[in-house]
Amino acid sequence: MSKTILSRRQLLCAGAAGASSLVLGGCDVFNFLGKRGGTVRDILLTANDLTYHVQRLLIGDALAREYAETEIRQAQKPNGSIDPQSPDYLALKTNGFADYRLAIKGLVETPKSYSLDELRNMPSRAQITRHDCVEGWSCIAKWTGTPLWVVLDEVKLRSAARYLVFHCYDNMGSGSSGPTYYYESCDLVDARHPQTILAYGLNDQVLPVSNGAPIRVRIERQLGYKQPKYVHTIEAVSSFARIGGGKGGYWEDRGYEWYAGI
Amino acid sequence: MASSEGHRQSKSNGPLVYRQSVWTRVTHWIWAISLFFLLLSGLQIFNARPTLYIGQQSGFGFDNSVLTMTAVNTPDGPRGRTSILGLEFNTTGVFGLSGTTEDPQVRGFPAALTIPSYRDLATGRVVHFFFAWVLVGTLFVWFLASLMNGHLSRDLRLTGRDLAHLPQDVADHARLRFHHTRQYNVLQKLSYSIVFFVLFPLIVLTGLTMSPGMDAAWPWLLDLFGGRQTARTIHFITMTLLVLFFLVHIAMVFAAGPINELRSMITGWYRTDPESKSRSAS
Repeated sequence: MSKTILSRRQLLCAGAAGASSLVLGGCDVFNFLGKRGGTVRDILLTANDLTYHVQRLLIGDALAREYAETEIRQAQKPNGSIDPQSPDYLALKTNGFADYRLAIKGLVETPKSYSLDELRNMPSRAQITRHDCVEGWSCIAKWTGTPLWVVLDEVKLRSAARYLVFHCYDNMGSGSSGPTYYYESCDLVDARHPQTILAYGLNDQVLPVSNGAPIRVRIERQLGYKQPKYVHTIEAVSSFARIGGGKGGYWEDRGYEWYAGI
Repeated sequence: MASSEGHRQSKSNGPLVYRQSVWTRVTHWIWAISLFFLLLSGLQIFNARPTLYIGQQSGFGFDNSVLTMTAVNTPDGPRGRTSILGLEFNTTGVFGLSGTTEDPQVRGFPAALTIPSYRDLATGRVVHFFFAWVLVGTLFVWFLASLMNGHLSRDLRLTGRDLAHLPQDVADHARLRFHHTRQYNVLQKLSYSIVFFVLFPLIVLTGLTMSPGMDAAWPWLLDLFGGRQTARTIHFITMTLLVLFFLVHIAMVFAAGPINELRSMITGWYRTDPESKSRSAS
């Protein structure tokens, strides 16, 4: 029996070897967690449903922090797509977006489309907010646009509608079934939130191409990838399971959380 | 002493005492696992933007960075460089630039210190947020249990007598002379209390301050920490303090007798010094 008991020295050596191997080479061991659709990863992902529900309870209708003009200390950092090359977009851009139409379709009573002038002539909201990128950086800027709820009140959502899907002009590369375009989605709480706007202005200027011209959706209580640029269509749906990769957004289809309030 | 703390006599040593309740032991090991994953997934998240700033936002048109890990080209080839408060350090091989000579990688922390080892922010976030919930849930359970079973008042509360003992305790630790008693010594009480009542709340709250959703729900978070980017920096500093605690904690376990210490954290039973050797502690 006594032979099986480790001496203190043996235990020390084994412990040190175990600890150092865990630290030095160990993290390849957990690379399986990166595999999309893996069992363990899917279990870990359930924590995000908890986050979504708890945050929705805690946040309610609260507004994102709005800052003073003095906090605008730099240009809004462009990130992701900054110069879309799809032919449709290029044609609109050449013409100064005069022919641009924002289409609202799907589960709505009266599908409509809006020109930029029509949107600019509707009630507007300006807000100085902080843009938080999933990478970790933040940037404060003033966004001006049409509150989305104003548009939703005009087209009237049907009762079956549960999400809005934002379809964009920026081509993110080619998949097996043709080009992949950026898209995003949000629930109706965020869709009707007073700070959710169809932004056409940035820091008191016309929204530039690098930041999403002509229309970028601002969903201020979530991270940057939930603020789709170059939006051409808003589609009301009961489920986004059959759109794109089915996860509700371009980055969501690549493993990021659909709820990005964290 | 509570009646549950039974004594078993041994010929050569002092008595075995029941030192750690099942609540303390189970939560301890859940934290050990959670903090391991939180650290390595956190470094993965950090690597997506290996710069820390002070303030509400990150300076691109101005400089408010306090730490950054980058790779720079020098006449002698690429080098990893870490800047802290304007001071620059060559950290080639560890921070900024790591990997092998054939396959150098530009990244903040090296592959060995991140989960996954390759760059995958999405997975880092999935792992981090899962274990963040586990940590917070376990802290809540531990706090309630420790309040009710007396662990807080009996084992962690600092008394005037503890403070009077502080110089002696520091001297004993410096000489690696440990007393094995039912009670924690004063340095233990201090370090555990700092971890539970300063570092854990700080790392949880600064973590929440990075959430745009929580900033809407609890805007005071932004005021408390002086902005989201300052909160991110404090989160990082708190992480390094917890790593420091971990290193000292492990060193103390080895120095004070790993078998006895590990047994008490697994079974609850702890071998104390014979009466003659241990100082009267209560």
